[in-house]
Amino acid sequence: MAKAAAKESAAAAPSVERRPALAGQELSVTGVTLAVLPPAQRISLRAPDASVAALSKALGVNLPRKPKTSAAKAGRTALWLGPDEWLVIDEVGKDPLADCAEVTVLHSAVGISHRNVAISVIGPAAAATINSGCPQDLSLDVLPVGAASRTILGKAEIVLLRIAADAFRVECWRSFSDYVFTFLSEAAGDAAA
Amino acid sequence: MIATFRIPGAGRLKQAETARFSFDGQSYAGVEGETLASALLANGVHLVGRSFKYHRPRGFLSAGAEEPNALVEIKRDSARRTPNVRATVQELYDGLTAQSQNRWPSLAFDVSALGDIASPLLSAGFYYKTFMWPKFAWKNFYEPRIRAAAGLGVAPDQPDPDHYSARFAHCDVLVLGGGAAGIAAALAAAETGVRVILADEQVDFGGSLRFESGAMIDGQDGFAWAQGAVATLRAMDNVRVLSRTTAFGYYAQNFVGLVERVSDHLQNLGRELPRERLWQVRAKRVVLATGAIERHMVFADNDRPGVMLASAARTYLNHFGVAVGRNVGVYTANDSAYAAAIDLKKAGIGVAAIVDLRDNPTGSVIDEARALGIEVNFGRAVIRAGGKLRVSSMTVQPKNGGGERTIPVDAILMSAGWTPSVHLFSQSRGKVAFNDETKRFVPGTYAQDCVSVGACNGTDGLSATIDEAYAAGAKAAKDAGVKNAGANVVKGTKPKVDASESWSRGMLGAAPGAGPDTTVKAFVDFQNDVTAKDIRQAVHEGMRSIEHVKRFTTNGMATDQGKTSNMHGLAIAAETLGKPIPQVGLTTFRAPYTPVTFGSIVGHARGPLFDPTRKTAIHPWAEAQGAVFEDVGQWKRAWYFPKAGEDMHAAVDRECVTVRKTAGLFDASTLGKIEVVGPDAAKFMELLYTNPWEKLEPGRCRYGIMLREDGFIYDDGVVGRLAADRFHVTTTTGGAPRVMNHMEDYLQTEFPHLNVWLTSTTEQWAVIAVQGPKSREIIAPLVEGIDMSDGALPHMSVREGRICGVPTRLFRMSFTGERGFEVNVPADYGQAVWEALWAEGQKHGACAYGTEAMHVLRAEKGYIIVGQDTDGTVTPGDAGLDWAVGKKKTDFVGIRGMARPDLVAKGRKQLVGLKTKDPKVVLEEGAQIVGDPKQAIPMTMIGHVTSSYWSENCGRSIALALVAGGRDRMGETLYVPMPNATIEVEVTGMVFFDDKGERLNG
Amino acid sequence: MLLIRCPYCEEERPELEFRNAGEAHIARSADMAATSDDDFEKFFFIRSNPKGIIYERWRHMHGCARFFNAVRDTVSDRFLMTYKAGEPKPAKLPGAFE
Ligand SMILES: [Zn+2]
Repeated sequence: MAKAAAKESAAAAPSVERRPALAGQELSVTGVTLAVLPPAQRISLRAPDASVAALSKALGVNLPRKPKTSAAKAGRTALWLGPDEWLVIDEVGKDPLADCAEVTVLHSAVGISHRNVAISVIGPAAAATINSGCPQDLSLDVLPVGAASRTILGKAEIVLLRIAADAFRVECWRSFSDYVFTFLSEAAGDAAA
Repeated sequence: MIATFRIPGAGRLKQAETARFSFDGQSYAGVEGETLASALLANGVHLVGRSFKYHRPRGFLSAGAEEPNALVEIKRDSARRTPNVRATVQELYDGLTAQSQNRWPSLAFDVSALGDIASPLLSAGFYYKTFMWPKFAWKNFYEPRIRAAAGLGVAPDQPDPDHYSARFAHCDVLVLGGGAAGIAAALAAAETGVRVILADEQVDFGGSLRFESGAMIDGQDGFAWAQGAVATLRAMDNVRVLSRTTAFGYYAQNFVGLVERVSDHLQNLGRELPRERLWQVRAKRVVLATGAIERHMVFADNDRPGVMLASAARTYLNHFGVAVGRNVGVYTANDSAYAAAIDLKKAGIGVAAIVDLRDNPTGSVIDEARALGIEVNFGRAVIRAGGKLRVSSMTVQPKNGGGERTIPVDAILMSAGWTPSVHLFSQSRGKVAFNDETKRFVPGTYAQDCVSVGACNGTDGLSATIDEAYAAGAKAAKDAGVKNAGANVVKGTKPKVDASESWSRGMLGAAPGAGPDTTVKAFVDFQNDVTAKDIRQAVHEGMRSIEHVKRFTTNGMATDQGKTSNMHGLAIAAETLGKPIPQVGLTTFRAPYTPVTFGSIVGHARGPLFDPTRKTAIHPWAEAQGAVFEDVGQWKRAWYFPKAGEDMHAAVDRECVTVRKTAGLFDASTLGKIEVVGPDAAKFMELLYTNPWEKLEPGRCRYGIMLREDGFIYDDGVVGRLAADRFHVTTTTGGAPRVMNHMEDYLQTEFPHLNVWLTSTTEQWAVIAVQGPKSREIIAPLVEGIDMSDGALPHMSVREGRICGVPTRLFRMSFTGERGFEVNVPADYGQAVWEALWAEGQKHGACAYGTEAMHVLRAEKGYIIVGQDTDGTVTPGDAGLDWAVGKKKTDFVGIRGMARPDLVAKGRKQLVGLKTKDPKVVLEEGAQIVGDPKQAIPMTMIGHVTSSYWSENCGRSIALALVAGGRDRMGETLYVPMPNATIEVEVTGMVFFDDKGERLNG
Repeated sequence: MLLIRCPYCEEERPELEFRNAGEAHIARSADMAATSDDDFEKFFFIRSNPKGIIYERWRHMHGCARFFNAVRDTVSDRFLMTYKAGEPKPAKLPGAFE
């Protein structure tokens, strides 16, 4: 059913330049490094329980069913955002929208590759940096490696994915990326404390 | 100047560096690591401020956060000027500049101190009585003068150049207070491996161990033990130790706010360090180890500089190595002041006499004092302090009357006993209980997962305190239910107390020296200048509850929140009322425990981080073109694109004309976009919008209206059907988040049976509107896979294809009345596609236009803007949009609300056009409309102007207005009264340009 | 800042992630168009605003984005329990909140 929106990966190459928000921005201070990550393919996937198996198969990654978890395989990560909602991120250039278009079970797949910007926050002070504006408990017991959650950072909504004990991926909407990167930059300067 | 009161060999600052500082322009030398108070005392300076109401000279009462008197202004530069800094807390740094407050022209001679003499006018409740007559005088005479004379310090008048940081933190056990109790609790909790945070407001941990010379723990001096224990804690990964950190607020579910003062003690403030750091801590368990605060004695002129708490004098001596005088008197009702006398005597300072209000106390400290040759008097009171700018004597009398004796002294050390610090416990909504035997309020009923230990719990004696605290720390860790033994946990044993001091007993209320003589000023609350007499007077004037007494007298309502005064005030009120203390009640303590700066509350949310500033993908292009931007919610939108020499009017006129003559490009990216996907998508749309959707063919668009359940317009926008099961919905820029919330609400809670999902795609797509007769010629060369002929792509249709090789959703639609398109492309390509379209547009003379021209162009066509022409009380019928309501529909949100009697009544305000009789006059938006300009004031207003512009295309002004019964008034003349003139207007239809709509295909 | 247990996320999360959405268990009529004026008034305008136990709707706006129901004591501002949207009003309330 998603065919209508699944055409991005097909046919002609763009004749114009892609200009991602904050492209290439980085900041490194004691204890933490921030970097705006390269563009990725993303979909917002919505589906009832009955469709999860078929969609998992088509996507090549098992859509997680447990709150605040994620699953990853071959450069593709599926983050549980809600009981019928996943954020699927593909970092190896394969379009999950096209994969879902082949699936006939009930679901909604919407391309949001350009909606989100990803920032990596890495280093021993990464959690403290994020905790400057995020009220969640980021200790490993409560947010282990692989855990994912939509939450807030200051006055912006973010999706947080813990990729290692001291490494996070922060996703936000494009127009909030400047705010989020600036916030993390200011917080990073104080996070080693 | 030589620091003459520094005692060689005393104190703990031996290795410290000299710090130069100034106070009221006078230069002094101090020692780094001591407080400003200590440094001033070392230089023999006691007079540091004037009191709030009577402008009486004041010195230091305490050596800590409870200080009511010694408030000074610390000035670093013209922007860094902090008033009301407690000199007893401010750490000295080289170059510190401090000034006294509340005095003019000088501290030693303050004109306003005449208020002290005129004080019968300033008695309790004076605000409510004295200045009430004559009525007008309050505003014009009394208030300005009182405001000038009163108040504490002067607020800085420049933006705060410092920065502040913030951190959310979580732990298993949060220990508040770093004295013996807090340290013991933290040790016990930390060794289990749970996450522990230990915070103390002082620089050095140890609490009262800073001054108690008689405490020995684990074979060491108490203070030394504390330093070692804290070093052990700091070395553990599971422990965070925060000094200079005040827990100021205890909120629901063990959420505690702490402020860490990061750099106020440093000479140089770099950008790298924040001034303060706000910690918002969520703890599974909280251990309150907040100690106790010594009370003063309430006697006549007990506020003279040099009269201070006994424990403060000990802190200055034992911790900072400073003597508070050369010949001190002691006035006490408990044991702990004896230790002060003993310590000072041993340091070579004269102790003139100890005056003990108690009749026949016994104990080893008393014996020791006597053995040192100190004169000890029982059953006697200090009835008066002599001196003005500095205490010069104490007058002693048997407490039941008799002969007076005046003893020369240069300081009086006093102690009425210790008040448990139950502030945080009280903030946690715990209920205190009165212990009648010890005359103390102590924690009674707990409301949260916390426990009080040590002096704040009314536990006496160091040994009992450490037993209690160590057990509580271990239990808190166990109750937190976490088993995550840290890697480098140090297992220890319970600290052993080898020697300790007695703090027992004391008294509450006024001592004999506090009156009843009404001319006597025996202070209860130093900061608000409340005397024992004021409290008595409040009771005599009918105040019965302590809450009333407090408000009438302002006792305990100053910035120190009555840390030293509450219990005395309560006891005096109780005595006057002849009631037991618990029946008079204790006021509830509220956050903050000590004042908190706005900076630390604001934290990062300043400047660019005050609120997110959202910019579109095309923003950099508009910026480079010199666009002027306007704020629309959080978005920056290009308002107009002035060319050299153009003002706003000229630019907007040119943009409007160009769009209709050739074409214009407009950045519409901020429009909200929601993708509605699923087999029941059309059904859902039917329920959320007034329009019919089932029969809308894929590839076609429709203007949709969304109502609230009450029948009023909530939002509007063009909706394209991409497929049977997929709609591309657009919303107003400002409405995007709330429309999404509204749709989700209905989908999740009212229509959960529908198989449909909503996804916000606002930011996925950059949207370039190309409008005008040449729009198709501009777009067509760049498009692949879409037949752009009128037959294949008629007005109000949508196709998917490519533009510049980029996937696009190409809408044929118009918000200008011209042939128009909206090109949706993935956001990262937005600017490049815009540039390509711009290059094509240049071949045809197209312009870029901003939101102002967009507004004018749509108004020329009578297209409404929700939120401007509607205000939440406008129905589709009122807006002339009945045609957009599906007549055959049986349900949609708002269907019933629309039928409410008032919403179908005659005479409702309806949207109409207005033309001014003078075409050059442009109405003001919001201006009121009347039928008869000659009627009496207040006139009957029948409507207001919602949109108004100069229309260069029409060669005249145009306006939209909501007017009662508007559509029945076509051609009528109405009036818009303005301050300088009344403007005549004619009621017209809403379409001012191309009313046949021919240009949509032109 | 309160902690609120989201019945979908199955854990307590900071209040900053949530948004209140008014009183719960106010049913929208299946035949809305035929609702009487009185019934519409009750449905749209009248709210109980109790001192004590209130049943209300919340949305885990910046979390799983689900609407759910909560039982809160307006006197103590404590959440007694939360449950999923569409579930009936709980017959029995937990005695105390932990
Ligand atoms: Zn949730």
